[in-house]
Amino acid sequence: MPDPFLDLLPELGNALGQTLTMLAIGVTAAIVLGGPLGILLFLAGIGPAPTQRPLARLAGWTADTIRTFPFAVLLVALLPVTRMIAGTAIGPLAAAVPLSIAAVPWFARGVEQTLRDVPRGVVDAGRAMGASQLQVVLHVLLVEARPGLVVALAGLVVSVLSYAAVTGIVGGGGIGEFVLRYGYERFDADIMVFTVALLAALVQVIQLTGARWARRVDKR
Amino acid sequence: MAHPSAPHLLRLDQVTTSIGAGGASRQVLRGATLHVARGDICGVVGASGAGKSTLLRTINLLDVPDSGTVVVAGRDLAQLPQRDLRAARQDIGMVFQQPNLLANLDVYANVALPLRLHGTLNPPRLRRRVLDCLDLVGMGPHAGAWPARLSAGQQQRVAIARALASQPAILLCDAPTSALDAATARALFELLRAVNADLGVTMVVASHDLPALAGLCNRVAVLVDGTVAETFDPSDTTAPRTTPLGRELAFYGTEAGVLFHQGVHHA
Repeated sequence: MPDPFLDLLPELGNALGQTLTMLAIGVTAAIVLGGPLGILLFLAGIGPAPTQRPLARLAGWTADTIRTFPFAVLLVALLPVTRMIAGTAIGPLAAAVPLSIAAVPWFARGVEQTLRDVPRGVVDAGRAMGASQLQVVLHVLLVEARPGLVVALAGLVVSVLSYAAVTGIVGGGGIGEFVLRYGYERFDADIMVFTVALLAALVQVIQLTGARWARRVDKR
Repeated sequence: MAHPSAPHLLRLDQVTTSIGAGGASRQVLRGATLHVARGDICGVVGASGAGKSTLLRTINLLDVPDSGTVVVAGRDLAQLPQRDLRAARQDIGMVFQQPNLLANLDVYANVALPLRLHGTLNPPRLRRRVLDCLDLVGMGPHAGAWPARLSAGQQQRVAIARALASQPAILLCDAPTSALDAATARALFELLRAVNADLGVTMVVASHDLPALAGLCNRVAVLVDGTVAETFDPSDTTAPRTTPLGRELAFYGTEAGVLFHQGVHHA
């Protein structure tokens, strides 16, 4: 007798692969674009006259606006943008577009907050040594913020994972769509439980890895 | 002690400095004038809020003066482009109230940091310099330690080594012992005296510890409300003093004051 659960496993593996693809793209975009943006937001905030930096204020405002959107709403609202960039609105690569747009400000604010937590005295010490602003960022702030950045990174991965699941509602593929199809439309309880357990395990692994890594780089 | 006619290494003239940005800005220094000769140890005393920290932070332009001039080794710092100011800061070491070490760098890397930022030494010479500085402050055996593993006094010694790494002409010490217990503080002042004697580094030391300053410094400036109210040689106990802090300091410069202070500590 054929077991429907076993039959679905290859499809679940495929969905998992799609989710990991989205995760990789979203997290990479967040690090590459959101990291520097976070540093700029931080620097604008400590400058002598933060109110006189309209560009930084605009960037901060945009980041916060994107962050306040429920991701499902952002996802649907961004469909035209997704089509423009990815050429289609279907599939994991298309889903990676809104995912990245949500992940970049998420990580930028995380980086900014982490840098704020670095004691000002250490920054003063760097400046007193004759460090340039860029050197203060690279040789002082990013060194002292390392544990916080790892924690922010782990949080980012978990958030992007949950965003990636939401993209299932507009045909983004991955675990989200898999759950919609088998758990929601057919209400296959076994599949549901198994998928939920899989996601929970994945999140646990990410968080434990992040925590362990953060502890290792934290010498305070 | 420097010859009276020796050119002053440091000249602050009529310096006004405000701290805080925008509406929270507050004028802390109000026309402070201070001249320090090469090789001197100049103490800075004053009540909390009188402007000791701001005075020291103005000397390397961590706080930028609104008016007046800050001249170090003949250069008017406020007139320098950023690039030259950064180079000039290599000549002005600074030690803060807190050690302000990078917690995620070991002791060696902390002391090497100012040298790496400027990249003027090749690796073997940099290594030699860092180890020499650590030996100077008695922290040679702790080169591989993380700062958090050290006592507060040891951390402050590393901070002194770091401030001396680029062989500055001036060392600014902003209340360097105020977070330390009395015995550790005395040992640290003793270290500063030795560094001054060995290297000839000119020092400006802000502190509330009047007895220690009376023993360490050959000039003391009394800050009152953002201006230097008087400066004098603390070992000259005969000249009249115009400020209460000046009179208290003069007392610690006398033998009776030294005995009184020792009595307090050994009672």
